[in-house]
Amino acid sequence: MTQTLDQIFVIAKAWLLGYLPVAARPLASAVLCVIAIVITFPLLFAITTWLERKGLGRIQNRLGPNRTGPFGLFQPIADAIKSLTKEDIVPLTADHAVHFLAPLLLVAAAFLAYAVLPVGRNMVLVNLNAGVLFFFAVGSVVELSVFMAGWSSRSKYSLLGAMRAIAQMISYEVPLVLATVAVIMQAGSLSTVDIVNQQATYTHTLPHWFVFTPWGFVGFVLFMIAATAESNRSPFDLPEGESEIIAGYYIEYSGFKFALFFLGEYLGMFATSGMAITLFLGGWAAPFSFLTWIPSYVWFFLKLLALIGFFIWIRGTLPRLRMDQLMNLAWEFVLPMALLNMLVAGVWHFMPHGLLRWLVCTAIVAIPCILLAAGLKRKKKFQVRTYQFAE
Amino acid sequence: MFGDGILKGLAETARNFFGSYRSKNRLTTIQYPEERLPQIEAARSFPFLVYDGADWQQGMRCVACQICEKECPPKCILIKKSADKKPDATGKLQAYPAVFDIDISVCMSCQICVEVCPFDAIKMDVDYDLPTADRFAGLLLDKQKLSKSNQYYHQIHPTEAAAVDAALAAERAAAAAKAKAAADAAAAKAAAPAPAPQVQPAGGEPR
Repeated sequence: MTQTLDQIFVIAKAWLLGYLPVAARPLASAVLCVIAIVITFPLLFAITTWLERKGLGRIQNRLGPNRTGPFGLFQPIADAIKSLTKEDIVPLTADHAVHFLAPLLLVAAAFLAYAVLPVGRNMVLVNLNAGVLFFFAVGSVVELSVFMAGWSSRSKYSLLGAMRAIAQMISYEVPLVLATVAVIMQAGSLSTVDIVNQQATYTHTLPHWFVFTPWGFVGFVLFMIAATAESNRSPFDLPEGESEIIAGYYIEYSGFKFALFFLGEYLGMFATSGMAITLFLGGWAAPFSFLTWIPSYVWFFLKLLALIGFFIWIRGTLPRLRMDQLMNLAWEFVLPMALLNMLVAGVWHFMPHGLLRWLVCTAIVAIPCILLAAGLKRKKKFQVRTYQFAE
Repeated sequence: MFGDGILKGLAETARNFFGSYRSKNRLTTIQYPEERLPQIEAARSFPFLVYDGADWQQGMRCVACQICEKECPPKCILIKKSADKKPDATGKLQAYPAVFDIDISVCMSCQICVEVCPFDAIKMDVDYDLPTADRFAGLLLDKQKLSKSNQYYHQIHPTEAAAVDAALAAERAAAAAKAKAAADAAAAKAAAPAPAPQVQPAGGEPR
């Protein structure tokens, strides 16, 4: 019974495919999976916008949206109707073709990333043997579309936003990938399915998630920092900092194209969160062996919602970084720590099991972490700025 | 410690998040159309015309002197004086405004009309809930729409209205006393036998 419930979508797909000729089955199977992804994740986007506005409201001691439907639950529908019926304005001097393509490319790239994300046992669109590589390759298309949007709009704010976005995304893509390398070293595979399968085993009742090792924990923290920066979320939302450059690279977009940018951004966030879950939090695996009767996809989406909740919490807490702080954090803290983490992963792999391994690995990570943090802190020497004329 | 500021901040926001579910005092927002803040007494929105008694046409205090029309900085008041005279609330014959329009889309709520009115006829309203689908005719208030009773004035500005009423009563009492004195004098004059006309020398001192 639990087996059936766990595999219900796989069984349903097989049953549907049974009605088709054998030659058409691979294509039909892919199309079915794509439809499922294209429905599920935008739906999650709708729920997330509501959750985010409610959560931020509560953090600021407000009620949040409460006018449309019970508890404002129909707010995403109202937003969708609003953005669909709005006028689509294209600046006169904009490069029309590129201006039109940028949001489409962003959403397409964001959707492509889900192809290698295992959302449940046997539930992945394609099990590429270079899945992780594919994920990051597709992820860097986002940068292209962001710059397309910024450049084609012919607006100084767009261009500034796009330049900030490019600088930020490239800086943080390095630690993002390097944090992943430790997992790949340990798992010995680039396939996301293999990586999850390795974590879906238990000693007694405890799982073998990579986050429960020194290198895994550090890798997870670094990955989450870099993922926040990659998805342009607060406190790394400089590319669209409202108080400085209004909406950044998509300031010249209106109506549905604007909504597409929003969708693409949130889809990117879900995808990187899903990747963090796959790499460090055991993917669809249950946190305790006695909880394995709950279907695998439920676990995946629970973990995803937890990470989204954490993103919202962070957004409600931290103020935006300055550009130099952002770059300092990337190059002087996150990147060295990610490189060091690879070393720790190697040490962990070759040392014999036991307490000593834990102590050594933790020490290798903790001591440079404290030193680097002290270095970041020490540099903050500000002078009182004196003005010649304005006093 | 490195990162403790972030943890403190996270704890603070979490406290706010859960606290907003536990105590209603934290939610300071007034849910506007359903809830409203009590208005302070000095609140003002747009002018209205005060009338005494029950009938707005008969009791209107305005005598169409047009001072407010002339003083109004954005020129949003239009008054046309009546040709005839009608008795006011006290029975005295007065001119009245045949037309009294205020365009509240132009009005800037400066209260100068209230300051200059010698008859305490125009006062400031507190009603701010005046949206309309027609931005021209819907915001041009005529005499009837502007007329509001003295009771309403007492309701919205009790202290000020009481002072105005006292002043008006004193004024009327003084006028009545003066009229009575004049009437008494006239009566006394009529009652007394006519004194012999005094012959005044020509070229007497002028008074």
